[in-house]
Amino acid sequence: MTQSRGFKVFRAVGLLLFATYFFVPLLAMLDFSTQARGSAPGRTGANWSFMVTDEDLRSSIIASLLLALFTVVLMVALLVPTMVWVRLRVPRARGLIEFLCLLPLTIPVLVIVVGISNVYSWVTYLLGDSALVLTFVYVVIVLPYSYRAIDAALSAIDAATLAEAARSLGAGWFTVIVRIIMPNITSGILGAAFIAVALVLGEYVVASLLHFDTLPVAMAALYKSNGPAAMAAALASMILVAVLLVGLTFLSRDRHKQGASS
Amino acid sequence: MSGGPGRRFAVGPALPLLPFLLFVLVFLVVPTLTVVLGAFQDEDGRPTLGNLDALTSEAALTALRGSLVLSASTAVIGAVLGAVLAYLIVSMPAQSLLRRATLAVSGVLAQFGGVVLAFAWIATIGPVGVVTQAVADLLGADLYGDGWLFGLPGLVVVYSYFQIPLMVIVFTPAFDGLRPQWREAAVNLGASTWTYWRYVALPLLTPPFLGALLLLFANAFAAYATAAVLVSQGQPIVPLLIRQAITSEVLLGQANVGYALAFEMIVVVTVVMVGYSLLLRRAARWMR
Repeated sequence: MTQSRGFKVFRAVGLLLFATYFFVPLLAMLDFSTQARGSAPGRTGANWSFMVTDEDLRSSIIASLLLALFTVVLMVALLVPTMVWVRLRVPRARGLIEFLCLLPLTIPVLVIVVGISNVYSWVTYLLGDSALVLTFVYVVIVLPYSYRAIDAALSAIDAATLAEAARSLGAGWFTVIVRIIMPNITSGILGAAFIAVALVLGEYVVASLLHFDTLPVAMAALYKSNGPAAMAAALASMILVAVLLVGLTFLSRDRHKQGASS
Repeated sequence: MSGGPGRRFAVGPALPLLPFLLFVLVFLVVPTLTVVLGAFQDEDGRPTLGNLDALTSEAALTALRGSLVLSASTAVIGAVLGAVLAYLIVSMPAQSLLRRATLAVSGVLAQFGGVVLAFAWIATIGPVGVVTQAVADLLGADLYGDGWLFGLPGLVVVYSYFQIPLMVIVFTPAFDGLRPQWREAAVNLGASTWTYWRYVALPLLTPPFLGALLLLFANAFAAYATAAVLVSQGQPIVPLLIRQAITSEVLLGQANVGYALAFEMIVVVTVVMVGYSLLLRRAARWMR
């Protein structure tokens, strides 16, 4: 298809307009977060270092990072064995598992929060009142995305043959799942982990309504007293999440390449 | 359990699924059922339709109207502009760096919401935002006005920021599914560019476009965090009214009103998502 010069100009102008709409707010955040306080002229890094020096903000960052870690661990521990087992032994249950995993896409997170107070009064009774108890509901939120990533990776390998071979050589089911299947779906698990981390670091709905001080909640609170510092923390978390998600697109492209060459 | 011939319905092999099923039961199914049942119970657990009356109150109707207007307008804006951007992207050569970069950025921005997005727009067109100040310096106009950013109009601008990239992500495959051969066949039969678009491309793109429109609608309808940070006064949309219902300790019986409102959200989103999957199934016929 040959493209006229007029179309190429139109495309360039169009892309530029979209780029303006999408990048100006990000640049505005950068500008805002490096402003000296009290509208004094000049630039300062003080708002960025606030992330490390401020006690509340620092503890919320640690809480969010730990939550991301715990969510990934629990998600992998719960989902991978279940999905492998369904493929190998109970294929009839596959529809049910898929339905349950994709269900959180249809139920707004806010609805889950509204209904979860009874469940969480038990959770905090049993496990204490730390923000880390949010792990459970976060696993539910990341379920659809994790399921898709892991399912795509599992579909790309012949799990049944691998498992049969390992079993006939005397491996137990634990060995089959942890040492045979999991190394073969690393890219899928990594992809699931990346998107889980990205979602947990930005999650505000559950944490704010259940009153736990995670990073987004702390940022929203900080904004009222020190806007520029809150902007700096927000931009930093945004950059971290962007790096993770861009890494994810590279992972998935590599997988496509493998699929195409085999 | 013995391995006799009647073993077809053995539960043994399904036992390892129990941890997962229990987890989903406790943290997904029970909360959802709590909402659905709670919407039809009074404070003492007796069945009632009284909570649904709360949905017809002035505040609830205003919020529902606000949510529908916000979701519909950002779905249309996102779908149209996102389709244009998707077309600009697919018209670039498949290996072009710009094309891959634009798709990757769209993937990131579609996930971008909540506190950070609200901050970004406050920094841009808030009272002392960068663009607000630039416009005031250059044109002498007050872009911030009477605070429209913190109401429904502001939410439309801000929500579009994640709706357009989401459209790019879900709609680019539809463009990619249009085979060049179809266009060549049409041209060989004497079709002009206009005829090709009118009678071949647009009819093929319509079902996936409508499906994407519904997905965007549901996405905006369910969104909460951005609005929660941006809007501090009034409850222009349903999620914010729910926040008021479940954080209010002043008014008694508000928990059940919260359930009723959350139930209303489930109904709207479910209807939209069922329509989405039907349209997607229809679109999938051509996407092989």
